[in-house]
Amino acid sequence: MMPDEERLKQGPVAIFECLQEIPCDPCADACQFGAVLAFQDINDLPQLDYDACNGCGNCVSRCPGLAIFVIDMTWSEDKALLKLPYELLPLPQKGDEVRCFDREGTEVGQGRIVRVVQSLRVGTPVLWVELDKELALDVRHVAPLSGGGERDG
Amino acid sequence: MKQVDIAVVGAGPAGLHAALMGAERGLDVLVIDNAGQAGGQLVKQTHKFFGSREQRAGTRGIHIADELTKKLSTYTKARLWLSSTVLSYYPADQTLMIEDDAESIRLIQAQRLIIATGASEKLLPFPGNDLPGVYGAGAVQTLMNVHGVKPGRKVLMVGAGNIGLIVSYQLLQSDVEVVAVVEAAPHIGGYAVHASKIRRMGVPIYTSHSVKAARGEQVLERAVIWQLDEQWNGIDSTQFELPCDVLCLAVGLSPLTELLWQAGCRMVFVPELGGHVPWHNGRGATSVPEVFVAGDAGGVEEASSAMATGALAGLSAVESLGQCPDYAEATGAWSRELDALRAGPAGSKIRKGLQSLQL
Ligand SMILES: Cc1cc2nc3c(=O)[nH]c(=O)nc-3n(C[C@H](O)[C@H](O)[C@H](O)COP(=O)(O)OP(=O)(O)OC[C@H]3O[C@@H](n4cnc5c(N)ncnc54)[C@H](O)[C@@H]3O)c2cc1C
Ligand code: SF4
Ligand code: SF4
Repeated sequence: MMPDEERLKQGPVAIFECLQEIPCDPCADACQFGAVLAFQDINDLPQLDYDACNGCGNCVSRCPGLAIFVIDMTWSEDKALLKLPYELLPLPQKGDEVRCFDREGTEVGQGRIVRVVQSLRVGTPVLWVELDKELALDVRHVAPLSGGGERDG
Repeated sequence: MKQVDIAVVGAGPAGLHAALMGAERGLDVLVIDNAGQAGGQLVKQTHKFFGSREQRAGTRGIHIADELTKKLSTYTKARLWLSSTVLSYYPADQTLMIEDDAESIRLIQAQRLIIATGASEKLLPFPGNDLPGVYGAGAVQTLMNVHGVKPGRKVLMVGAGNIGLIVSYQLLQSDVEVVAVVEAAPHIGGYAVHASKIRRMGVPIYTSHSVKAARGEQVLERAVIWQLDEQWNGIDSTQFELPCDVLCLAVGLSPLTELLWQAGCRMVFVPELGGHVPWHNGRGATSVPEVFVAGDAGGVEEASSAMATGALAGLSAVESLGQCPDYAEATGAWSRELDALRAGPAGSKIRKGLQSLQL
């Protein structure tokens, strides 16, 4: 479930890291742009139309598996933007520097929070993290610079 | 003695749905639960649910419980007795013996009985498992999510099924360190997305590993872990210690079936369903015509399926009293939903279990 390099160059796009058939489908309803293809069966794997996806991140806040991320490689000259779901308190604030971790929990660098999106309803808060482009494909978790009970992987 | 059309034991997702089916069709329904709050397991579940929109995926378990209870309370002929335990069932006169928290006993005669008692946690034998600090996952969830108390500072989770993974994540959310998850099977049993959530927070998951012993002077201080060979025997040379003050067991559930045994239901041992379960026809009917089963009590599954099996058992009970004109329609819809839930690879264990139940 990875958009190709060409698509990444064109702007923000969702990445679904949901590779096991489980009875779950809220992502199919979450997208107002028709980018998540309709499910035939609740156990289907989500399928994305990368051309229809504009990286809005609505699906990120709706996925109970916290398995969807948005990557924008066009954010700035040298930085990418990563939108990730975050369910820990306290929520980081705009402007905070954060430690960045990969899928195995290994600390791989630092980023900066540029926005915190908290939808009014049941959705998961979504952090917008600005970070080095080469980190964007690997980082899947962030933590405050100090404390937070995190481990160094 | 008080008489009701339908008595439902257990106010979890299954029992509440079963009761609603009767209440909606104008019957006298009594729901009895030993907890002080309705909702069963849902009360402990602060995480967002999987499943489809119909089963309120993306909603947190606690909110689902409130919604169902509120709906039931709109029917004047439906009653909910909390803090009340059903001690026994006497099939000869279809009577339930109920004890409330003031220890007074009441007898209720019910034309139909729906058992939705859920499941209880399995334990694991190892030296030191009686040390303070060794808990079941349900107790840890109740401490954290119902009472807002941290169970300890460093937790070792035993079991990488969905419950072990979800409770680990909830501990991390409460700022408790999870030192590791150990799983005896060679694979993670729970959903990969749940495992990924805790992996990226730095929690190692050791598959083919188990607890050899728990150690400590007065209370738990560390756990001895070892690797298992293909026959699931521990390998001495692989053992190592992990410091922890809580050891949380999430090694499976078995259906709570005492009342079904007492009712004289034909019981079948089906490992895929969690142990002994009553024979049932897929719509809640057991081998005893007045007695129905719903939810985890009939086979350990999920809240989403418990709602559907609850509704089916409720409808079947109402139908058996001749009060369900829309039986075919209503059961058809719930059955289709249930089949869809169980259709994928994640449902294969349940499908196999239900198949052997019919043999
Ligand atoms: C940590 C965890 C996470 C889960 N996550 C999910 C999820 O994401 N999605 C999902 O679909 N499912 C999930 N489940 C599973 C789900 O919670 C259960 O399958 C579901 O609650 C079963 O419903 P039930 O109504 O059969 O039983 P329960 O919810 O267990 O309710 C049974 C009730 O009966 C009462 N009772 C029992 N015996 C008696 C008696 N003799 N007298 C009076 N009352 C009695 C009990 O106190 C209890 O309140 C999870 C479970 C756990 C533990
Ligand atoms: S990011 Fe927005 S447009 Fe893309 S799939 Fe998700 S909801 Fe649809
Ligand atoms: S909502 Fe998330 S976990 Fe569920 S199917 Fe969609 S991507 Fe997978």
